[in-house]
Amino acid sequence: MAHIQLPEGYPGISGAFTYRPETAKPMRELAHVLLHEPNSLSAGERELIATFVSSRNDCHFCQSSHGAAAACHLGDSGIVDQVKTDFHSAPVSDKLKALLAIAGKVQQDGKLVTAADVEAARKQGATDIEIHDTVLIAAAFSMFNRYVEGLGTWQPRDEEMYVRMGRHLADEGYKEPSIRQPAGAA
Amino acid sequence: MAYIALSPDLPGIRGAMAFRPETARPLNDLVEVLLTGPSTLSLGERELIATYVSSRNCTHYCASIHGMIAAAHLGGDEALVKQVKTDFMQAAISPKMKALLVIAGKVQEDGKLVTATDVAAARVLGATDIEIHDTVLIAAAFCMYNRYVDGLGTEQPDDEALYRERGKRVARDGYVTVSAEYLAGHAHAAAH
Repeated sequence: MAHIQLPEGYPGISGAFTYRPETAKPMRELAHVLLHEPNSLSAGERELIATFVSSRNDCHFCQSSHGAAAACHLGDSGIVDQVKTDFHSAPVSDKLKALLAIAGKVQQDGKLVTAADVEAARKQGATDIEIHDTVLIAAAFSMFNRYVEGLGTWQPRDEEMYVRMGRHLADEGYKEPSIRQPAGAA
Repeated sequence: MAYIALSPDLPGIRGAMAFRPETARPLNDLVEVLLTGPSTLSLGERELIATYVSSRNCTHYCASIHGMIAAAHLGGDEALVKQVKTDFMQAAISPKMKALLVIAGKVQEDGKLVTATDVAAARVLGATDIEIHDTVLIAAAFCMYNRYVDGLGTEQPDDEALYRERGKRVARDGYVTVSAEYLAGHAHAAAH
């Protein structure tokens, strides 16, 4: 049970978003710009960064839903699992590996990022805006994960539900809820 | 120097926001709702939560500016702000605020550390569900803002007077209004 009276049947962040629409709006918009709008990093790559950070924060709901969105964009869920366990050996570009190294440091503490980390990413072709967005995606998921966990939200172990959510997120983005009615409703 | 080409005359989060106005807008909207929107927690109390979390994350820019905004809301009481940063249990704040700061401190480390007991303790001292919600989200949001400011290696000046002046302005005009000035003035930064 969640720590506060969240609307029943809404998993993870969707319960918190339904509870407090005033804060949900800018949070949805932020995720939409970062993960869904046109960018020189593909939507799949950006979802991988979000999934990686959520996995390092051990947030089941976020890593499952964003992992499903990444798999949808990439047409491959094997890559997602590999990025979570050891991204260095995953079949992703060297640029993305350098960006994931930065994201992993931001997940711990932004101050751990060094000029050398940024230089390494740049050498693999990363642009300033790609470095910026990587840092902000990692920072934003440090927020989303803590929000989902800190309220003790309901995080179902339901693979199928996350696959459906991932499909919605990959197709529609983040402006509108992917969970439109509570579980159990007709 | 920042790791990417941020405007040198905009320290802390301001340079990052001017660099990417598309993300600056929801970032400003979120902080505006959380810290200045209608709430049963006072403006000073909410800024103290933001300051406390930023201080625990050792993000000098955020801890300084939000500390000064908090002080501006609290009648200029900078000593109270310092006390909250160093040992809030000894600070002259309500027992409810202390219970909320305990929750915020746990969220700062890891959201999973918050227990039903922490929440019950806050509730016994009068905290409502929405106050608990907002405390968790303010703490979570500042884990984002702090990492954003630190992760880009932004300029974080040491000059206390600079934070004091700006803190008064933000306390008076709010985040969206104050940020609109520098976002407009640096719109070209995002053109590439």
